[in-house]
Amino acid sequence: MARALINVPAKAKKGEIIEIKTMLSHPMETGFRPAADGKLVPRNIIKRFVCTYDGEAVFSADLFPAISANPFLSFTLVATNSGVITFSWTDDNGQTQVQTAKIEVA
Amino acid sequence: MRALWILPGCAMLLAVTSAHAEIAAHERKSGAEFMSPQTQAMQADDASNPGMLAVLDGEAAWNEKAGAANKACADCHGAAEQSMKGVSARYPAFNAATSQPIDVAGQVNQCRTGRQQAQPLRAESRELLALTTYIGLQSRGMSVAPPDDERLTPFRERGKALFNQRLGQLNFSCAHCHEDNWGRKLGSAPIPQAHANAYPIYRLEWQDVGSLQRRLRNCMSGVRAAPYSYGSIEFIELELFLAERARGMAVETPGVRP
Ligand code: HEC
Ligand code: HEC
Repeated sequence: MARALINVPAKAKKGEIIEIKTMLSHPMETGFRPAADGKLVPRNIIKRFVCTYDGEAVFSADLFPAISANPFLSFTLVATNSGVITFSWTDDNGQTQVQTAKIEVA
Repeated sequence: MRALWILPGCAMLLAVTSAHAEIAAHERKSGAEFMSPQTQAMQADDASNPGMLAVLDGEAAWNEKAGAANKACADCHGAAEQSMKGVSARYPAFNAATSQPIDVAGQVNQCRTGRQQAQPLRAESRELLALTTYIGLQSRGMSVAPPDDERLTPFRERGKALFNQRLGQLNFSCAHCHEDNWGRKLGSAPIPQAHANAYPIYRLEWQDVGSLQRRLRNCMSGVRAAPYSYGSIEFIELELFLAERARGMAVETPGVRP
């Protein structure tokens, strides 16, 4: 599995706006780049990112070939209740990597 | 006949005026200071610094058994936070076994082959960069502190000579850009002072982490010189000189550079 850097505050107050940062180690190969042998390197990108909070999708994004390697996504959520925040990245081959973080809301 | 008389005089003049302005200690600036605020912020925050992905890989590799000895780096060195603290800040160091200076990447491969009895890791391979970045992080914030080891002196002196030597079709020395023209622009890129205190770096142009030697190869091909090969003694000598030039500056590994 590729490495991911996830930054979620461990604790938050109810109603607080929290900032989430995620980065996945991924080449985001565009499919337009020739290798040393002159042939195109096959496209291999993350196509979709979804974040769920307590099972409900709260943020999602479609990604395209012009996005840099190791895509970094940052967004905000409203802390509603203690629970699990899930991050999933799906690549061109349909494979999904899932990572979770816990948040305590008081 | 007359021209022949004048020529030696001209050569003399060039030799005299080609001494470079060495950068005074109070004028030294890390490459990070020449970057945009956005790129500085990316480096400063571990949650957005892509070099930290290599650190995570390095931590895993540190604990992975390898080779015929079936030993991990951690089996001999324990926690890197203690055993590798300050190591990158004082490398390259003199290696008694080879009677030559060695940089961190070279030392990692010496442990790979000598201690783990494994294949050496290829220069610029993901795994080697992961280990050197992870080791480099353990010196972050410490001062660059090259050892006072007399055996290193001749190598460092040669590194200094290489730094001041004209290279390539464009016929520039490193000093022409990095001592005489730092702070000015080359195309759209600001010319930094060439301090090596943030390596390995994540370079946005590469979309990846890379070593100091990869950076130096870029500068060499920039002046259309044939770059020295990875691990060559010329690069180690240049690294020794760059470390001396950056003595006392804070280690930033993993740096982010445009
Ligand atoms: C023609 C000008 C030029 C020459 C000659 C040149 N460089 Fe550079 N160098 C640059 C520029 C410009 C950058 C920054 C590139 C960028 O940010 O895209 C740079 C970057 C560097 C860096 C990275 C600094 C940092 O903060 O990460 C180092 C180290 C370096 N050069 C060393 C050298 C050495 C050693 C030589 C001689 C072998 C050399 N350079 C020759 C222009 C030059
Ligand atoms: C079997 C034990 C053993 C293993 C396994 C081992 N090393 Fe070493 N390492 C040593 C010894 C002993 C030294 C002392 C210097 C020498 O080799 O001459 C050393 C030195 C070093 C140094 C220089 C430290 C300094 O203070 O100068 C580094 C860096 C290093 N090792 C990295 C690694 C890495 C990375 C790995 C895993 C890929 C590794 N070592 C695996 C035994 C080991």
